[in-house]
Amino acid sequence: MITAPADALEGGFSEAPLQSARAFREILEAMARPGTIRRVQGARPPEPLSVAAGVALLVLTDPTTRLHLAGAADCPAVRDWVAFHIGAPLTAAEDADFAVGTWDALQPVTRFRIGQPDYPDRSATLIVEVDRLVNHGPALTGPGIETATWLILPETAAFRANRALFPLGFDTIFTAGDRIAGLPRSTRVEAI
Amino acid sequence: MTDASPIARKAWMATLAKAPPARLAALLPYLPPHHVLRQPEIGAVMVRGRVGATGAAFNLGEMTVTRASVRLETGEVGHAWVQGRDKAHALRAAAVDALLQTGAADDIAARVLHPLQSEADTARAFRAAKAAATKVDFFTMVRGEDK
Amino acid sequence: MYVAVKGGERAIDNAHQWLAEERRGDPTVPELTIPQIREQMALAVNRVMAEGSLYDPDLAALAIKQARGDLIEAVFLIRAYRTTLPRLAGSRPVDTGAMAVDRRISATFKDLPGGQVLGPTFDYTHRLLDFTLMAEGEAPQQRNLPDATPADRIPHVTSFLNRDGLIEPVDPSDIAPPDLTREPMELPANRPLRLQALARGDEGFVLSMAYSTQRGYGRTHAFVGELRIGTVAVEVDIPELGFAVEIGEIELTECETVNQFKGSRTEPPQFTRGYGLVMGQSERKAIAMSLVDRALRWQELGEDFTGAPAQDEEFVLMHCDNIQATGFLEHIKLPHYVDFQAELELVRKLRAEAMALQEAAE
Repeated sequence: MITAPADALEGGFSEAPLQSARAFREILEAMARPGTIRRVQGARPPEPLSVAAGVALLVLTDPTTRLHLAGAADCPAVRDWVAFHIGAPLTAAEDADFAVGTWDALQPVTRFRIGQPDYPDRSATLIVEVDRLVNHGPALTGPGIETATWLILPETAAFRANRALFPLGFDTIFTAGDRIAGLPRSTRVEAI
Repeated sequence: MTDASPIARKAWMATLAKAPPARLAALLPYLPPHHVLRQPEIGAVMVRGRVGATGAAFNLGEMTVTRASVRLETGEVGHAWVQGRDKAHALRAAAVDALLQTGAADDIAARVLHPLQSEADTARAFRAAKAAATKVDFFTMVRGEDK
Repeated sequence: MYVAVKGGERAIDNAHQWLAEERRGDPTVPELTIPQIREQMALAVNRVMAEGSLYDPDLAALAIKQARGDLIEAVFLIRAYRTTLPRLAGSRPVDTGAMAVDRRISATFKDLPGGQVLGPTFDYTHRLLDFTLMAEGEAPQQRNLPDATPADRIPHVTSFLNRDGLIEPVDPSDIAPPDLTREPMELPANRPLRLQALARGDEGFVLSMAYSTQRGYGRTHAFVGELRIGTVAVEVDIPELGFAVEIGEIELTECETVNQFKGSRTEPPQFTRGYGLVMGQSERKAIAMSLVDRALRWQELGEDFTGAPAQDEEFVLMHCDNIQATGFLEHIKLPHYVDFQAELELVRKLRAEAMALQEAAE
């Protein structure tokens, strides 16, 4: 009999309506105010996913969003957990609405969808697992940032290139432990 | 855990899903001790048809559905996806799905599953009989010019 | 232009209160229950489910009660409710060949496997008001019924024509169909998208479009090859199990038309098809849908566009939804004070200019 292993059945929201609404608000804030670091809770995804990446997947993805698991995130435990709690179809990077993995595993990021001029929303959102999230690093400016803010980033060139595609481009959510920060395509990243 | 074949499980899950919720509750009033893996969740399933009955799929419209998953104290995991918005029905169907994987499967089948199945068969046959009573018997009248 | 205006809260509250009283009607008359509406107003419930695009008879009955019997308002309530539901899955395409039929008729073949089954039809009634119902007549008596074994499958009429190559083939495909509830409708639409729009479209609109084709505006010479009403199982692939399970049963009405076709620049002479599939028991809608489906296929079959409304995809698909239509129509009754002020200014100015010119000419 084909059945997901028992632990894949744990670790979803226990109070989905409340927890998903709260988490959605945090993710919304993170995207609306790029660079601010928020905390989320409620998911216990299998290794190697962080709590924050698990929350982002539970909140943002469903059976109608195509999900790409990159690198170590593409393991049986994560696949089974996604199947039970989310039901998102797994797909190649080029077709993904969402992708999750480390920055290295997601390379080259130019393969992700950036939308079309009449439908810029038909683009990918990358959930990038990082070791730590601190407000220290390259300067960020643009919509949702009053003057400037700073965020540790795995690199700057890729985000500058992505900004140049605006209004096309991918959006990025960084996750570390229970911490989450957003870097939408509209944000200008300082060259370093 | 008894090793239920997917074919058998598919059949009993269908029977449980289609069962009238009140009837299922009457046949299994008390749930066995369990841990809820997925709280009963109401949602929609997009029902698809096929162009010309056999061609490409198209979206016809949605239906309400409730799903739930439980784990018994003995470890068996039961799932349910049932039409409608009855959370108790989904939880109970998931519990029966789990019980049917235990040593008590034969007893549960005899007390719950078989009555539901036979009542469903009776209802279906009754409806088919009503339809059969409206089947047209054509007869051709002899006409003078047919010589 | 719209401007936020405050005020009127008390008037609105009182209007809602009065609406609730009017909905209830004379309190000395017993209140309708949801099961009463579901069981005794089943065709209204079916229509609300089909156009609300959500199969749930209890909710549709509730919507009808709340909407005081205004079916488009009830459809609106259902459409609003369905947006709150998470989409848990898409079903496998339903197998109408395995339908447990209540009714199944063909206008093209008298003797066909499975037979002509009339079912609980209004056809052959005399359309005379039955005053025994007004006198709260008895429930129909139990009858003696023949023994019947439910058939596993009843083949479609078109499959007989298909065997002889006399009708255009339809090829199965499991490509995920477009969904206009998730993505904005893009034209030109493919046939699956058109059928989705028609299946949830307004019955009156689809009926009128179909009727216009019969009267010559995009004629397609349709015969009802087969009409069937009954229940089918809905099967869903359950991700956590790795196999598909039947989650319930729904009632459907299906119509396949067989259309005369002399051949075109691209296609040989053969019969062509129109298809209608509607939630619940609604044969008027299913037949109409299949005629409009066929009329919209002029391009793929290499026919001429005669300018008929029913051939015009943009016209049909953008206007068949009664919630979109009523939303845009009824919004014009809401405050447009500033728009109208601007119009007033403009007309005054034009009028003054016209008067001045007239005076100058005299």
